[in-house]
Amino acid sequence: MIHDTYSEPVSDPHLVACLDCDLLQRIPDLEPGAIARCPRCDRELWRRRDDVSHRKLPLLLAAALLYLIAISSPMLGISAVGRESSTTVIGGAERLWDDNREGVAVLVLFTAVVAPALQIAFLLAMELAVQGRKPRRWVGSLLRHTPFTRTWSMIEVMMLGVLVALIKISELARVIPGTAMYALGALIFLLAAIQSSFDPRAIWDRVEWAESAVRGRSTPLREQVTP
Amino acid sequence: MSGAAANAMQQGLQTCETCMLLSRPAPDAHAGRCPRCDSAVHFRKPASLQRTWALVLSAAICYVPANVLPVLVTTTSSGTETDTILQGVVLLWSPTGWPLALIVLIASVMIPSAKILAMTYLLFTVQLGSMRNNGQRVRLYRTVELIGRWSMVDVFVATFTAALVQLQPLMSMGPGPGLLFFAAVVVLTMLAVESFDPRLIWDPSSEQEAHDV
Repeated sequence: MIHDTYSEPVSDPHLVACLDCDLLQRIPDLEPGAIARCPRCDRELWRRRDDVSHRKLPLLLAAALLYLIAISSPMLGISAVGRESSTTVIGGAERLWDDNREGVAVLVLFTAVVAPALQIAFLLAMELAVQGRKPRRWVGSLLRHTPFTRTWSMIEVMMLGVLVALIKISELARVIPGTAMYALGALIFLLAAIQSSFDPRAIWDRVEWAESAVRGRSTPLREQVTP
Repeated sequence: MSGAAANAMQQGLQTCETCMLLSRPAPDAHAGRCPRCDSAVHFRKPASLQRTWALVLSAAICYVPANVLPVLVTTTSSGTETDTILQGVVLLWSPTGWPLALIVLIASVMIPSAKILAMTYLLFTVQLGSMRNNGQRVRLYRTVELIGRWSMVDVFVATFTAALVQLQPLMSMGPGPGLLFFAAVVVLTMLAVESFDPRLIWDPSSEQEAHDV
């Protein structure tokens, strides 16, 4: 069922309902670094980040570069019986595909290559867009889909998998950690740092509303609700 | 505000799960669209229990072949050997290798089964209208949500092992038929967690409170 009618927003932007227990409550204005939690179920409702947006762009560009290194260079190499070979992430997925494990190959490609690329690209695009002017409508579309990219981007899980594989194979042959492994390790820390200064609520507060494209109004806060 | 705290649904308000904007649907509608971020908004995730049950049961079914069928096939000059997930753990278990075996045991054996059991427990208690241990149950849900992704570890281990150990005719490794089912368990349980609505845990208590007032 498709619902094309926009709902009526409540007038008080501080009034929210907890996503885990639906308790109606008011979020106070927070100091940077402070956290608002639901008093009933302890769910984190808003973590106000320090305003460090001017520092995020170089970090994001570095993350993009590390990502490119991590997917294009060898992850692990092996040296045994006078032969040497190595594999990249994509090479690993290709090998699964050739072995008739197409489903697993697609999953590996999606969680290790596609989703991280989307995650970094979305963050980068939003970072560029929120500087200065009022963020446009498409920023909201990207922001809406960032949780999805975060759920399915599994580079830190892949890192653990690579380490386990490295130790496992080292019992059979000499294993050489590749450039991609170091790039991946650095990327995990960098992305964690970027995510920790990312404040979706702050962007939602400023972004152009979806319905304004249809009805041509910008601040449609009207209805009074007294809980 | 009256004595008991109200939830949004009792006030006829819906919260957007994407941007947390609170809104009221059109007078005769049960759902609408978020005017800020364009997502569909509902009082509760639609058909949450049915969807979650379907996904959890599918995961439980895939769990059997995932553990019985081999995930890794080793071909050497002397023949072919296959390893299931548990055999892989046993093989890794040695005086020096036990930490590694423990990681694989937790990520590949304990997390997937714990996820299926935890989701089943949550579904049962919600359907029975339980009003007890709400806080603990929602914490269980958040834990499952947080650790679920780590069971993908074995898929990556198999991927890199199979791609690297290609020393024909001496020795080669390839992914076994169990790997697809194992990956399916991981994906299905993650989708089950996403389709479950934790607010259902609190609804019976909220109704009771409203009734008492």
